[in-house]
Amino acid sequence: MKTVENEHVHLGLTDEDVLEMYKKMLLARKLDERMWLLNRAGKIPFVISCQGQEATQVGAAFALDREVDYIAPYYRDFGVVLSFGFTAKDIMLSAFAKEEDPNSGGRQMPGHFSSRKHRIITGSSPVTTQVPHAVGFALAAKMKKESFVTLTTLGEGSTNQGDFHEGLNFAGVHKLPIITLVENNKLAISVPYDKQVASETVAARAESYGMYGEKIDGTDPLQVFKVIKEARERAINGEGPSLIEAETVRLTAHSSDDNDAAYRTKEEKEADRKNDCMVKFADYLKSCGILTDSIEKNLVETIQHEINEATKYAENAPFAPVASLTDYVYEQ
Amino acid sequence: MSIEKIVMPKLGESVNEGTITTWLVEVGEHVNEYDPIAEVMTDKVNAEIPSSYTGTIQEIIVQEGETIKVDELICYIKTDGKETAEELNATKEKIDIDEPMTETTEEGSMSHRYSPAVLSLSQKHGVHLDDVTGTGIGGRITRKDIQKYIQNRKSTIAEDTTQTEKRASKSVVQPPSTDPYNEGYELTGVRKAIADKMVLSTTEIPHAWMTVEVDVTNLVKYRNNVKQSFKDKEGFNLTYFPFFIYAVAQALQAHPILNSTWQGKKIIQHRDINISIAVANENELYVPVIRNADEKTVKGLAKTIHELANKAKTNQLTQNDMTNGTFTVNNTGTFGSVSSMGIINYPQVAILQVESIVKRPVIIEDMFAARDMVNLSLSLDHRVLDGLVAGRFIQHVKQILENIDETTTLI
Amino acid sequence: MTELNYIQAITLAMEEEMNRDENVFVVGEDVGIKGGVFRATDDLYNKFGEDRVIDAPLAESAIVGVGVGAAMYGMRPIAEIQFADFIFPAVNQIISEAAKIRYRSNNDWNCPITIRAPFGGGISGALYHSQSVEAIFNSTPGLKVVVPSSPRDARGLLKAAIRDNDPVLFFEHKRAYRLLKEDVPTEEDEIIPIGKAAIKREGEDVTVITYGINVSITEKIATKLEKEGTTVHLLDLRTIYPLDQEAIIEAAKKTGKVLLITEDNKEGSIIGEVSAIIAEHCLFDLDAPVKRLAAPDVPAMPYAQPLEREFIVTEDKIEDEIKQLARF
Repeated sequence: MKTVENEHVHLGLTDEDVLEMYKKMLLARKLDERMWLLNRAGKIPFVISCQGQEATQVGAAFALDREVDYIAPYYRDFGVVLSFGFTAKDIMLSAFAKEEDPNSGGRQMPGHFSSRKHRIITGSSPVTTQVPHAVGFALAAKMKKESFVTLTTLGEGSTNQGDFHEGLNFAGVHKLPIITLVENNKLAISVPYDKQVASETVAARAESYGMYGEKIDGTDPLQVFKVIKEARERAINGEGPSLIEAETVRLTAHSSDDNDAAYRTKEEKEADRKNDCMVKFADYLKSCGILTDSIEKNLVETIQHEINEATKYAENAPFAPVASLTDYVYEQ
Repeated sequence: MSIEKIVMPKLGESVNEGTITTWLVEVGEHVNEYDPIAEVMTDKVNAEIPSSYTGTIQEIIVQEGETIKVDELICYIKTDGKETAEELNATKEKIDIDEPMTETTEEGSMSHRYSPAVLSLSQKHGVHLDDVTGTGIGGRITRKDIQKYIQNRKSTIAEDTTQTEKRASKSVVQPPSTDPYNEGYELTGVRKAIADKMVLSTTEIPHAWMTVEVDVTNLVKYRNNVKQSFKDKEGFNLTYFPFFIYAVAQALQAHPILNSTWQGKKIIQHRDINISIAVANENELYVPVIRNADEKTVKGLAKTIHELANKAKTNQLTQNDMTNGTFTVNNTGTFGSVSSMGIINYPQVAILQVESIVKRPVIIEDMFAARDMVNLSLSLDHRVLDGLVAGRFIQHVKQILENIDETTTLI
Repeated sequence: MTELNYIQAITLAMEEEMNRDENVFVVGEDVGIKGGVFRATDDLYNKFGEDRVIDAPLAESAIVGVGVGAAMYGMRPIAEIQFADFIFPAVNQIISEAAKIRYRSNNDWNCPITIRAPFGGGISGALYHSQSVEAIFNSTPGLKVVVPSSPRDARGLLKAAIRDNDPVLFFEHKRAYRLLKEDVPTEEDEIIPIGKAAIKREGEDVTVITYGINVSITEKIATKLEKEGTTVHLLDLRTIYPLDQEAIIEAAKKTGKVLLITEDNKEGSIIGEVSAIIAEHCLFDLDAPVKRLAAPDVPAMPYAQPLEREFIVTEDKIEDEIKQLARF
């Protein structure tokens, strides 16, 4: 990470902005950690993590216009949706599958984000299906001459799907205002990058879709911010779509049902820890004097309190009534 | 040489017609196979039609601008050269390969295989399937067959309306008409069931009737004596009716042939004596059943009658209350009747009408005496019962009734 | 009234809806300047321009998937799959996505997309231009599957599909395109409701329940048989998912003898489900075994004409089955 002093100022970000970014990252991380605890305590059935990818997620979200832009996120994007208006309570309601879960009323697994209010496009479990959807939103923007962009995110393994190719090609042909952000954590469950993708980078694939492509360090939120912001400007200016590949690390197993000891060495995992974006960004903020030990302590306490309250609330919240099982198959 | 047809080709999927826009050849012109002969326009494509043969255009059938269906003739062409044997065969393709239809189903083998629809209709309308002629495969009775049968049966009855009405009015099974309307009104379920059953009974059963006079003076005296105490003790009235049921049930034990039902090809004599009684409310007539009437005391019978009557009044009778009757006793006396001809409660074989008890002068040992007299009218299914056995039965009933008093019969 | 053939009725429905609502647009292969390989979008490109009549890259999953996205945004896409046989790359987008969007978002999002696809055979289309693919979709709650049987229905049902707030698969029989013609009340904005079957003919002897092109074929046969004394009660399913159960039960009870017809392979076809509904509800009204007339269980109809004809449900086969049931 380039620790150029006050790099964020050059990007037009205030000290408050970057502290806010750090808060979102920290909230995502702490919520994630709490969900693992709840899972291991037998209280929630499933967890899928964002740990190691918070910088990419929050950096990208902050580069968008969070008042008008749409996002089609994938299952790890806790940092993205928290930046787009979700709260700790929303995340916990989803983890406990309660009626108030804003994504689906307890119908979908955690990580399947959705909220029309927050312009978060509903997603599913078969990977990459959200890419053509995001292209569809971008097409609508172009047809209706409306000034917004759509960001879709996915893992590097998903870039092998037909929908990735079909969607990006469509976007490229029609020069649509869409940003595709690949969060490359170098593992598709257990299969490493070199067994997934033949090209040296995912970003290299952009060329065949006639769009801008760039690979960046996804553990640096400021670099992600910069590149996504530029991509957004191109999109709004009618210069077409971008494919951004952010290299990150995955600090947990694939999900709560996965044991990564079967395919990863301790050494590998320790090396990834050294690349933890939380630590790196905290160091940067401290070096700028924006984050102090006391602010950090205060922040952690506030967030822990928020998460405690959210957990308690969600645990006690009611499930959707069983009679609702048959609701909303079609318009009612 | 032969004359061949050229037809409108199918130019593309979903195309059914085409328009000849230009003929590229004239009559008499020689063309080679695959030479274009006409330009055609369809919804999907514009194309030139090639000739399928080498030869001379003989006749043009479709003019320019005409639209015709695919496979319709557009022109004749006289081909060069001789036909080969192969071509000959091809044109005279054997078309008629139809084999004669072979009926694999053995005639009659289906006549007793009933479909659910046929079975349920036969039960609903009381149709004996042996009486219905099947017109389906293998003599199978079809739903239409049975519907037709029921329809015919109804129209037969309708033709004989006057007679049916006369009979019905004679029968006390018919409830008093309280209906205020002169115009037609919809048949309710119960009324329809009554109607169907009455028609069935009168059309199928050859009825015969006999009436005896019974002196029930002692019975009347006995009942009047205990009437009040019974009411006080049991909470409901002791009528004459249970005494009659009592007598009938005892007599049926001795004459079990009257306690039977007609089941198409056989007569089933029942071990249980289950007496059907007619109970009416304002609009409907129900025929609930006193089960094992021969095992009950007069009080037991009175109680059962009371309960069944209450259930009828409050529309609480269940199907179970009304099934498996083996003989019917009808209390026509309630209406003041002294003589009536009951319609047998199908498939039972007899019905007894108990008329009004009236005080009449009767000569006993050449002396006039004021006696309580009642007429009992028996209707019988003449297929099952003859006058002799019916007469013996009714005499037995009479004898039991005339001997009822406090010394012979406990309430 | 205007006499239209089946495909003209479809074109008209799209044109009318595009005029009515600027959110309606067409996306598919060759739908633009060519007007579609069957000419279903004939002249729409000239009338509405390339932004609303979009020639998509040759990629079915994108045609549907992009449509799904646009629909969620609030557009009314009509996605054309050139042949139903080519819909399979898009099945994930249809079944995993379009069908479940309302349910999985607890009514927050919805997906008003119409997916049109020509299907069916008898036109020398061979294995991959002839298939009936509807059975793939008719166990997917969230989808509506419509197969019109006449020009009038095609117009009214397509307009209903475009206005529907849920995804509708609209299968058009290729053979019907230029074969079926009738007067269509073009002066009216006629909307034919999705989910309702139609009694096409009243009869007493045999009930035929079918959909698509076999409706008109059965009507023709029924007219002929009526002269011979056999009357046919004909129900056109129109929407094959979800089924109009009430209409099916009523039609089955009408005669107690039911013939079900589909051009699809017999096992697993939609008429098997129709048969199950009848079995569940009509036992005591049945006067004969429920009969199914369908294609044999082979992958698809071959190119060679005698084999194609052997595969397909023909007039003769229908007539024969009706007669046999009438006699039963």
